[in-house]
Amino acid sequence: MSLLETRSLTARYGDFQALFGVDIRLEPGETVAIIGANGAGKTTLMRAITGVLRSAPDSILYRGAPIGDLPADAVMKRGIAMVPEGRRLFPSLSVEENLLIGAQHKGGRDFGDALDDLLTETGRDLRRAFFGPHGLPPRRPGLALGDRLRAAALGPHGLPRHDAGPQHTGAGYWSLETVYDLFPILRERRHSPGTALSGGQQQMVAIGRALISNPDVLLCDEISLGLAPVVIRDIYAALPRIKASGASVIVVEQDIGQALAVADRVYCMMEGRVTLTGKPSEIGRADIHAAYFGAAA
Amino acid sequence: MSARYSVTTRTPASTGALIAALALVVLLALAPLYASRGLIQDLFFILTMLTLAQFWNLLAGYGGLVSVGQQAFVGIGAYALYGVVILGGVDPVPAILLGGVAALVLAIPTAFFAFRLQGAYFAIGTWVIAEIARLGVAQWRSVGGGTGTSLPRDALGDMMLVEGIAALFDVRASAARDILAYWLALALAAGTIAGIYALLRTRRGLALAAVRDNTEAARSVGVDAGRMKWLVFLTAAFGTGLAGGLIYLQKARISPDAAFSVTDWTAYVIFIVVIGCIGTIEGPIIGVLVFFLLQSLLADYGSWYLMLLGLIGIAVMLFAPRGLWGLISEKTGLQLFPIRRRLVGGVLTSKEG
Amino acid sequence: MIWVDTILQGVLLGGLYALFAAGLSLVFGIMRLVNLAHGDLIVFGAYLILVIVSALGLHPVVGALLAAPLMFCLGWVLQKAVLNRTLGDDILPPLLVTFGLSIAIQNGLLEGFSADSQRLSMGALETASVAVGPVSLGVLPLLTFGSAVAVIVALNQVMYRTAIGRAFRATSDDPVTASLMGIRPDRVFATATALAMLVVTVAALYLGTRANFDPAIGPARLIYAFEAVIIGGLGSLWGTLAGGIVIGVAQTVGAAINPEWQILAGHVAFLVVLLLRPRGLFPRGQ
Repeated sequence: MSLLETRSLTARYGDFQALFGVDIRLEPGETVAIIGANGAGKTTLMRAITGVLRSAPDSILYRGAPIGDLPADAVMKRGIAMVPEGRRLFPSLSVEENLLIGAQHKGGRDFGDALDDLLTETGRDLRRAFFGPHGLPPRRPGLALGDRLRAAALGPHGLPRHDAGPQHTGAGYWSLETVYDLFPILRERRHSPGTALSGGQQQMVAIGRALISNPDVLLCDEISLGLAPVVIRDIYAALPRIKASGASVIVVEQDIGQALAVADRVYCMMEGRVTLTGKPSEIGRADIHAAYFGAAA
Repeated sequence: MSARYSVTTRTPASTGALIAALALVVLLALAPLYASRGLIQDLFFILTMLTLAQFWNLLAGYGGLVSVGQQAFVGIGAYALYGVVILGGVDPVPAILLGGVAALVLAIPTAFFAFRLQGAYFAIGTWVIAEIARLGVAQWRSVGGGTGTSLPRDALGDMMLVEGIAALFDVRASAARDILAYWLALALAAGTIAGIYALLRTRRGLALAAVRDNTEAARSVGVDAGRMKWLVFLTAAFGTGLAGGLIYLQKARISPDAAFSVTDWTAYVIFIVVIGCIGTIEGPIIGVLVFFLLQSLLADYGSWYLMLLGLIGIAVMLFAPRGLWGLISEKTGLQLFPIRRRLVGGVLTSKEG
Repeated sequence: MIWVDTILQGVLLGGLYALFAAGLSLVFGIMRLVNLAHGDLIVFGAYLILVIVSALGLHPVVGALLAAPLMFCLGWVLQKAVLNRTLGDDILPPLLVTFGLSIAIQNGLLEGFSADSQRLSMGALETASVAVGPVSLGVLPLLTFGSAVAVIVALNQVMYRTAIGRAFRATSDDPVTASLMGIRPDRVFATATALAMLVVTVAALYLGTRANFDPAIGPARLIYAFEAVIIGGLGSLWGTLAGGIVIGVAQTVGAAINPEWQILAGHVAFLVVLLLRPRGLFPRGQ
């Protein structure tokens, strides 16, 4: 059983279809690279896996369980953490607070869960009372925040409970201290606003923020984008320690050289489809060129 | 080969609607011939609320300016009328125009302040200005201060046209005044709808839609968003002031709390527009009919009625944000006042490459 | 000397307005939602305390303590079931829904309690005063002001020293990325509104003990609160206190000149600040 797997994954933004039946998998301990030009669908794939875009339940399997329709917070709590494209640090938070945000949402139920369940169940009972056992037709999950909030507030309109299934406990190697050991500069800048840092340092915060939840899967979206080569080298130097901590990694890269250097396997995407798969040692330059830019090139 | 294309906003339904609308206006104009005085008063109420709703819809639905302070213009229009009638001895009918002008004058500093605020803060900002206007008018002793006043009997008696109408329909002067007010309300409502429709069909109207949808993008294609906002705000203020003057001419009694009531002149109006359909001309028409129906049905239930109205407003916004007309036109594709430009005629062919 | 007294009374009155405004400021700061029913919720809170106090024969402060958890849950449910559905780029849905809520609460209270004025009685405390130098200050206004400061200190501690405060700020910055970090924005917003309703309960206690109240006074409190928030600068809680003080002082000074000018003077002060400092006295960010 793969750790993470997509099966004929499709995704669309309104009328625009961005993914057409994507199949990728990640085995435990692996590092997989996803390469492709701008608009190939790499970031959409990441958004689908993390639950920012909802998909059909069975189109994404994590440890064999369907997670395609889970919201982002539930996916994260299962143990899939994301370093988003453009780093997306929280400007109102200091470096340390940005890191702590990743650590604070571990498993377990709290007051909010209890009240939430009460509300959801009351809503369901009322709906049953008014509309019969089948209730209103399920809403289409959308990608707008309002839609997602609505879906969350409405609860079980065909959406499974968020916290059903195994919760990732978050116990493990990564803590503020081990993140600071990995990126010592962050310890010095711990009280600065996250956005006051250089691009490379911000990227380190974003990686640390994802690691600190001790994920089993770490998704890195374009972590070298806009950074100087020497900074990229520093950041990728952290990868072996990240893998040693037990995380399997998917890196999304436009930099083919970098991707081939770190990956166990590579997927190349073009126009919403996987056009090439293989080990870096097995695929040649011409194949990649064709898969990257299209056959005619 | 020249395929003949033309850009039109007309739909078959809209042509029918135009004829029906003209017929309806004629029918309504003749209402004093067949309708009771009570019905005339109800129609007056519906038409004035419709006018207010159309102007609020122009502001919020087309201009993106969600004002909660339109009662300022109703009140100032009404008080301007009372002022010039009581203090200046002006005939009340032309004084309605002065009510509109007074609202326009108040709208200039109001816009100056309120345009510094965005979104929700604009809404409450306009409300604050309406409160200031209310408190200010309450200091105006010669029109009754905080307790209000009535239109003097002789001013009402000498009102232009009343004598002729009384003779024509063989009714008492008070009924003739209602008929006059009703005709004025009909003219105002019909003129408002025609005027807004005409505005929306011009290039300016297109620009308005562009500003509402995206101020930045509209600016980048050369639409002066600031100027459009001013235009819409001042137009709405003027029209709302006219309606305010007319409403209180018919009521013949005024007080600051009533004339500047946020519930009567803004909350009701907002519910009319939202229940109907915001951002369409049809919406307020449907909305005002539903509103009147609800009010007549629930008139005996006092504040339960208002509570229900509030809850209906919430429900519509949450579950049918396009209102009743939105549901109808979604199901049927019907557009009575189309403003969307469509390409018709000819055959679209794609170039072979 | 009479001016010193007037201004001090105004500062203390400003404490009351800051209490009205703090919940509004918190909710706006976190989810950019302006709740037009805020004033009516304060009035609702006052009636809730009144019902508890008269049913159980308790002191209003104890009544408020009992009302607080109810208001907290009300805030949670309101945000989760209704207001979360209105959030988005379009400002119209939240405005209209909260406006509808305002009308519904006002008329519900009117139906339940009639238009008669009510009051929460604090007994001897209501008339007690202390002499500070030449001026005499009411104990109740002093308590109000102290509570306002305490509420703002507490809210700032929550915002900047706790995990939920971090989640508030993170979600306010970027709800999508926050959800990638395991935060549920809908729940964070519900918690924020629930917290704001605790502040509303405190505001309701002082609304009810300092003067008479009836179902119709909510919108005016909303306007004072709103003016305080704008004068202070959006999202700054200490700024909100300053804004409340500006309104309070303007009102007492206005009333000292002519009793009919009290409310008008507050509104005019608001317009003057808006004219001179469109972003408020203490704007957050650049």
